[in-house]
Amino acid sequence: MRGDRLAAVLLWGAALLTLGVLLALVGHVLARGLPVVDREFLMARPSSMGRAGGIFPTVVGTVALAALAVAVAAPLGVGTAIYLAEYTRRGRLVEMIRFATDSLAGVPSILFGLFGFLLFVVRLGLGWSVLSGGLTLAVMILPTIIRTAEEAIRAVPESYREVSYALGGTTGQTVVRVVLPSALPGILTGILLGVGRSAGETAAVIFTAGTALRLPRSLLDPARSMSVHFFILAREGISPDNAYGTAAVLVLAITAVNLTAYWLLQRFQARRH
Amino acid sequence: MAALRLAALSTLLALVLIAIFILAEGLPLILHEGPARFILGRRWAPGDGDYGIGNLLAGTAWVTAGALLIGVPLGLSIAVFLCEVAPPPLAPFLKPAVELLAAIPSVVYGFVGLVTLVPLIRTHLGGPGFSVLACSLVLGVMILPTIASVTYDSLRAVPSAYREGSLALGAARWQTITRVLIPAARPGILAGIILGTGRALGETMAVLMVAGNALRAPTSPLDPVRTLTGNIALEMGYAAGEHRQALFATGVVLFLVIFSVNVVARALVRGPSGAR
Repeated sequence: MRGDRLAAVLLWGAALLTLGVLLALVGHVLARGLPVVDREFLMARPSSMGRAGGIFPTVVGTVALAALAVAVAAPLGVGTAIYLAEYTRRGRLVEMIRFATDSLAGVPSILFGLFGFLLFVVRLGLGWSVLSGGLTLAVMILPTIIRTAEEAIRAVPESYREVSYALGGTTGQTVVRVVLPSALPGILTGILLGVGRSAGETAAVIFTAGTALRLPRSLLDPARSMSVHFFILAREGISPDNAYGTAAVLVLAITAVNLTAYWLLQRFQARRH
Repeated sequence: MAALRLAALSTLLALVLIAIFILAEGLPLILHEGPARFILGRRWAPGDGDYGIGNLLAGTAWVTAGALLIGVPLGLSIAVFLCEVAPPPLAPFLKPAVELLAAIPSVVYGFVGLVTLVPLIRTHLGGPGFSVLACSLVLGVMILPTIASVTYDSLRAVPSAYREGSLALGAARWQTITRVLIPAARPGILAGIILGTGRALGETMAVLMVAGNALRAPTSPLDPVRTLTGNIALEMGYAAGEHRQALFATGVVLFLVIFSVNVVARALVRGPSGAR
């Protein structure tokens, strides 16, 4: 019983320490960053390399990169999930797809950056651009979207499908009208997690979308995301205030996206039980 | 159906393309230098045409080991806490908090480490502050969510009859956790640790900002260090020709190491019988 008490103390300690680290991390960034953030900061162009002015082009860059990544990865990922969950049984191909998805999930972001640079920037001649960066991010977030969507689809009760078949529905109709609508919150969760990862990514984006601090006007323009902007401001000591401000916006946005994703998933799971 | 199958091939295609492109760019230099000289060579001096990543490998090993020392006990404790101990009002906060920890961008980790940990280490423990220790602390927190969530899932998957049986035999809760639940969940826990190792090996921006990036191999936790990933990120911006190939060659080594780590993790999750 003394062991029980000691263990409880250690476990409580670990839990409180983790919560404390999270609060300290977010608190530090917000305390230093939020005073800098106002309408002007979000909507104005930067001047003198980001030393003064706002971060508008980097907000646009981040949104454009994440939107493109999701626009490409969501159909591919959800398609893969439907195929794995509804159309196949175990087999060599399915094994290989799962292996590739798991392996892709473990590839570090810097390697996605090198790959995107070689394929999109150089080989396909897209240059440092929103397109190169977005496509690179799409490959990176694909495993997350596939896993979450597949889990959501598998969680749809078998009886739903049986009813649809009993009413004469084909597999295609069953998937589109019965399975996907009930799996939608889970699928959206995966997509939101992908948005969050895209927005926070630096290594994969810096070599593919570039670092140009201009407002991107087309998919072929280079773009600097907020993460890259923050990295450059912080590392080169350009402006601690603007660095903290950028970090605060980034952390708030990512927290909002992730908590929404978490909330959706909880509701989805609660409905199932 | 055909469209779905095509979509399903996307990850396979992506993985193959990544392997092909990085190998094609990096492998020639490894073969030209000789694999042994490239991997074990201790001098990285692109100006002189010397490409040895021995010290960088040592750096990555130091930093990953340090991250595991911090991330494994914390991650396991969080998972056990969430599963077995957390009172109902706390658990709904702690779980999203751990997931949020995984979502915070690595540059934010790096920067906060830079402005808080580095000066703290410099004044209280000595050395430049940019160090293996700073990297380990930052990385330890970053891999904690991976370890915690995989462990949590495998603890949850242990049939409740095991728990009930142990308690019915008069075992204390701690005995039940260490002698019944953890052994039953062991493959999943190991897989979580290995996945965390993969994350630590591959993390770039956070490490770069607190490592100091000296090219010597560290001999103490307070020494500055340069990792494989940090080296690529630091020099990619201006490297050209043979130098750039050498960075891709570094990427090849990183890819192979992480790929093997993931294969092991996968085999462990599936267990010896091949069933989940």
